[in-house]
Amino acid sequence: MLHGVSAEPAVAAESLTVVRGDTEVLHGLSFAVPRGGITGLLGPSGCGKTTLMRCVVGVQVIESGGVDVLGAPAGAAELRARVGYVTQAPSVYGDITVGENLRYFARVLGADGARVSEVINTVALHEHDRVANKLSGGQRSRISLATALLAEPDLLVLDEPTVGLDPVLRVELWNTFTSLAEAGTTLLVSSHVMDEAERCDSLLLMRDGDLLATETPDGLRSRTGEQDLEAAFLALIKEREAV
Amino acid sequence: MSPRITIATATRVLTQLRRDPRTIALLLVIPAALLTLIKFVFDDSPGAFDRIGGPLVGLFPFITMFLVTSITMLRERTTGTLERLMTMPLAKLDILAGYGLAFGLVGTLQALITSGVAFGLLDLEVAGSTAVVILLAIGNALLGMSLGLFVSAFAQTEFQAIQFMPAFVFPQLLLCGLFVARDQMAAALEAVSYALPLTYAYDALDRVTSDGSLGGRGTLDVLVTCGVILLALALGAATLRRRTA
Repeated sequence: MLHGVSAEPAVAAESLTVVRGDTEVLHGLSFAVPRGGITGLLGPSGCGKTTLMRCVVGVQVIESGGVDVLGAPAGAAELRARVGYVTQAPSVYGDITVGENLRYFARVLGADGARVSEVINTVALHEHDRVANKLSGGQRSRISLATALLAEPDLLVLDEPTVGLDPVLRVELWNTFTSLAEAGTTLLVSSHVMDEAERCDSLLLMRDGDLLATETPDGLRSRTGEQDLEAAFLALIKEREAV
Repeated sequence: MSPRITIATATRVLTQLRRDPRTIALLLVIPAALLTLIKFVFDDSPGAFDRIGGPLVGLFPFITMFLVTSITMLRERTTGTLERLMTMPLAKLDILAGYGLAFGLVGTLQALITSGVAFGLLDLEVAGSTAVVILLAIGNALLGMSLGLFVSAFAQTEFQAIQFMPAFVFPQLLLCGLFVARDQMAAALEAVSYALPLTYAYDALDRVTSDGSLGGRGTLDVLVTCGVILLALALGAATLRRRTA
């Protein structure tokens, strides 16, 4: 690896297959997410990004194959304080205040009270005395993100954290992700907007429950000869269909 | 299990309730108001109110706690907060015990207000000790709560959860002996009544209000009720899944 850190990946999946109802939604995926940095999980809506993230967090019933996270099977009890998960729809208690939400989860996680103000600052949420339901969707997503930061997890799994946010806030959040990565956290962030791929250190490109490529943004450019990542993704799909 | 998480969960549930003063008012006032209504409905037949009033002091908390807890727990399941908690280092029983503690407190308050109104204002007279009736009312509130937590697992929407009230609670009310003594029912119905938790809760209340004391059978009723509360909590914990399809 670049900085000579341990080569053991943060996430390692082997032939991961998931069936929901009658349909197979993940078709035997194998991939690795390196430790440190931001890995982007990109692909169109409905391609299986959320299911893949649920596997990494250990809340998804898996048909076959497996995922190891930080050296333990995904969902293992010892990982519960080390992995933070932010679902696409903010999971917060709408009828209590931001502070009450965070203080509750902090007590569940065994984090101290000072940590609550720290995470509120990290996500730049200044309305901590307001009831969550009175806030905008973007603000509620940030409560959800702040909750995941409470335990200072080694791995943060974020499902479309910037969807529906205004552009300024999106840039701010990506700056937050970058500084978290610089502080040593591994981030796995899903998105269906290719311009966010630019902010990632490595990419997992998905389509229809399959993995098209595991690349760095630059690697993707040189492999396809396209400068624009959106065009590179399209070229990759064509290349796949031509085979 | 961790007392820290259980207490934190109970505090959070109570904070949620506190932000909803109308629900608190409804919870605390409705049973007492209904009991008052029944008092005036039976105005012309003295004795009838004393006969059914005592058991109703316990049955009302059972019904309201069943409804409130099943809806609150369902909400926790549908908003994603339960899934979030399931990814955190806590035991499933921490969540249920937290709910149990919070709603147990509310149920106790409700039972105290209901019996306060019944004995203080409506001149309800029971053969046995009022303190025992109040304790049984608290037990009924806990029974309703634990069954509500359990059945919430089988509802996907709030509409379904509300329908569990007629589907799950009404048959128990009809067969528990309140409307017709169980030994006067058809043998098949009497047999079914033995399988229903409310039968035991009602029987204990009826013994204290009519006979004056629990006696051996009444004590057995109380033990069965406590067993059902614990069983429903354990089954409720089993319905909380860390992994879902």
